[in-house]
Amino acid sequence: MSVIIVFLFVIAGFAGWWLSHQRLMSRPWLEQGLAGDFVALDRSALPTAKIGLGVFLAVVGCLFALFTSAYFMRMALSDWQPLPLPRLLWLNTGVLVLSSVALQCAVVAARKRQIDMVRLGLATAGLTALAFLIGQLMAWRQLTEDGYLLSSNPANSFFYLITGMHGLHILGGLVGLGRTTAGAWNGARPERLRLGVELCAMYWHFLLFVWLAIFALLAGWAATFIDICRQLLI
Amino acid sequence: MVDITPADGIPPAEVAEMELYHPHSWWTKYVFSQDAKVIAIQYSATATGIGLVALVLSWLMRLQLGFPGTFDFITPEAYYQFITMHGMIMVIYLLTALFLGGFGNYLIPLMVGARDMVFPYVNMLSYWIYLLAVLVLVSSFFAPGGPTGAGWTLYPPQAIMSGTPGGQDWGIILMLSSLILFIIGFTMGGLNYVVTVLQGRTRGMTLMRLPLTVWGIFTATVMALLAFPALFVACVMMLFDRALGTSFFMPAISEMGEQLQHGGGSPILFQHLFWFFGHPEVYIVALPAFGIVSDLISTHARKNIFGYRMMVWAIVGIGALSFVVWAHHMYVSGMHPYFGFFFATTTLIIAIPTAIKVYNWVLTLWRGDIHLTIPMLFALAFIVTFVNGGLTGLFLGNVVVDVPLSDTMFVVAHFHMVMGVAPILVVFGAIYHWYPKVTGRMLNETLGRFHFWATFLGAYLIFFPMHYLGLMGVPRRYNELTDMTVMTESAHHLNSFISIMAFIVGFAQIVFLFNLIWSIRHGREAGGNPWRATTLEWQTPQTPPAHGNFGKDLPIVYRWAYDYSVPGAKEDFIPQNVPGSFGPSKEPA
Repeated sequence: MSVIIVFLFVIAGFAGWWLSHQRLMSRPWLEQGLAGDFVALDRSALPTAKIGLGVFLAVVGCLFALFTSAYFMRMALSDWQPLPLPRLLWLNTGVLVLSSVALQCAVVAARKRQIDMVRLGLATAGLTALAFLIGQLMAWRQLTEDGYLLSSNPANSFFYLITGMHGLHILGGLVGLGRTTAGAWNGARPERLRLGVELCAMYWHFLLFVWLAIFALLAGWAATFIDICRQLLI
Repeated sequence: MVDITPADGIPPAEVAEMELYHPHSWWTKYVFSQDAKVIAIQYSATATGIGLVALVLSWLMRLQLGFPGTFDFITPEAYYQFITMHGMIMVIYLLTALFLGGFGNYLIPLMVGARDMVFPYVNMLSYWIYLLAVLVLVSSFFAPGGPTGAGWTLYPPQAIMSGTPGGQDWGIILMLSSLILFIIGFTMGGLNYVVTVLQGRTRGMTLMRLPLTVWGIFTATVMALLAFPALFVACVMMLFDRALGTSFFMPAISEMGEQLQHGGGSPILFQHLFWFFGHPEVYIVALPAFGIVSDLISTHARKNIFGYRMMVWAIVGIGALSFVVWAHHMYVSGMHPYFGFFFATTTLIIAIPTAIKVYNWVLTLWRGDIHLTIPMLFALAFIVTFVNGGLTGLFLGNVVVDVPLSDTMFVVAHFHMVMGVAPILVVFGAIYHWYPKVTGRMLNETLGRFHFWATFLGAYLIFFPMHYLGLMGVPRRYNELTDMTVMTESAHHLNSFISIMAFIVGFAQIVFLFNLIWSIRHGREAGGNPWRATTLEWQTPQTPPAHGNFGKDLPIVYRWAYDYSVPGAKEDFIPQNVPGSFGPSKEPA
């Protein structure tokens, strides 16, 4: 369970940092009125939707950290046989990076109010994300054809489970991206469109990061990395 | 006293008005409503409905335990199904949903001075997914083989084997699916509760001016958002084991002489994941109760809460600590002694912030103007019950004491006291307190007092004897105790007594439900602020609050939530949205 504990420490650190800016040491029973310096404490200047997405991403991060914890604990048992990752995953990773880059371009374009570039970026991101999902399904098929079935070994089970979970999150993101893209074509207000594009980009970058972490985990580098860290500590 | 209002008056409110969704038809107003208040009532009604099912299940269990062999229809399988569903419903579908979905939805926007939750559509979706989860759960009663009988902890491997009711039928699949749906629905709601507290607060409502109810619900929601994924992961992996033949949790095992296809999995892994959710869950239920009880005591003792800052820090501290104690549920799973030592230490450390809270409640009462209203009675009963349940927690938190007491009735008595009776008493107190705001009428006083005394005394008569049974060695989860040597004749009599008390307490809840329904029409008119309370929900222009909660302008907050009996003030309470300072400092020296 060490991965999830480390993850929660990060969350706790962030929460602690935020709380330390909220005047937790103040004496509210002595303070009446409405001072100017309280205004900043009322709420964050960030758009509410962004904070909402941030909280949601913390939950998603928690979910994957828990899968990783379970992965390491199950891995330590004797029947674990790592499976060879299909080469296709490298291509898929590239496609997902492309998707993220396209969305980042859309963000830049939305800030400059270049609606054509926004449309191009959104469409590219959507198509590449779809391509990624298709690539993942092809990787699954390759593995099953090679005899690495879901239930034949825990390493296989985890591979399908974690990549499937990640794919479902991309699929959910595509719904949001689809709505933003529809807005870009139907003339949404520029402010609203910009917020939508920024939210999509934030989600996409996060899922790219999760994918890279998963990839490292499934390929076995994460375990090697942790072993090295452990040796350094001892 | 420090008056920090700037000399040149108050700058105009810069809070951007949120775009409220205005319903156009009966359906969108009362059924598919995006108004947090309607969603709160939907959540509460659904939770109460499914809670009644769990109440009946507990009666059926007590019939079997109190009068063994009398009722033929309670087979061992049925008994296990009753236990499982009773526990699961009470912990998750009733308490969690009621505190966060019910009270959270109703109170957060009103108490922080918001028009609604920040994402009303997602909030509505949250309720409908919760309802779907409940329906899936209920459907398992009618599925072939009945609901799962694996115990509320659903430990593998037994949970998905044919020896357990529902293990190889639909029961376990429906249970796991229902939990997964519940978690998805809860996450949607939880995002709303957290972000509304962060971003929906009205002008002047700093974090340190929030009522403790909001602090409790807020912290509990943050914890739930981080803890429920563990249950989600455990459920998904077990569903794979059961439906797709994987071996995440399933060791090599044979059943009826046949080797199953599973092999190599670790049931302990499931226990880690389950309790990583399961322990914070205790505080997910307890923290809102702590918060609500603080407000009830302060309001009905006409005195400011003692040690507000400490109360806030204790809530946050308990929330953080509760994530590092989970393995105290696993002392008997064969862990390394140092591991057990670590978790016993963290467990006992939680007693410190919890004790701070209890002292502060008692010190709030000290020399207060205590009104023994029904909400106050329930709040006082909560303190006593929580201390009782907490003290047996000290027994069970120590490894050496836990090992002999593990899986006895002592454990059942402990967690019913601390996590069952105590929070439910707060739920009742809160309903008596806020019912006038929700409906505009008071609940009937006589029925309420009967309900309180029957519930409070009855719960003690049920659960106190259980401690003794547990110390004698009577095991939990057994449906048939007649032939056991620990079951002396007096123990049998005690068991029958407990059962009879359980029926009486259950009956008192039906009186309460009658009161809830009867008082909507026939209760005494309450007015806008019957308890003369300070928090914003009592200052709404209409009662019950209209769509949008507050009138044309949002309230501006000038003070904390506990200005009761301020010297020099005209009345013994000053609402949060009243400007100006009172007190000795205003008088000439």
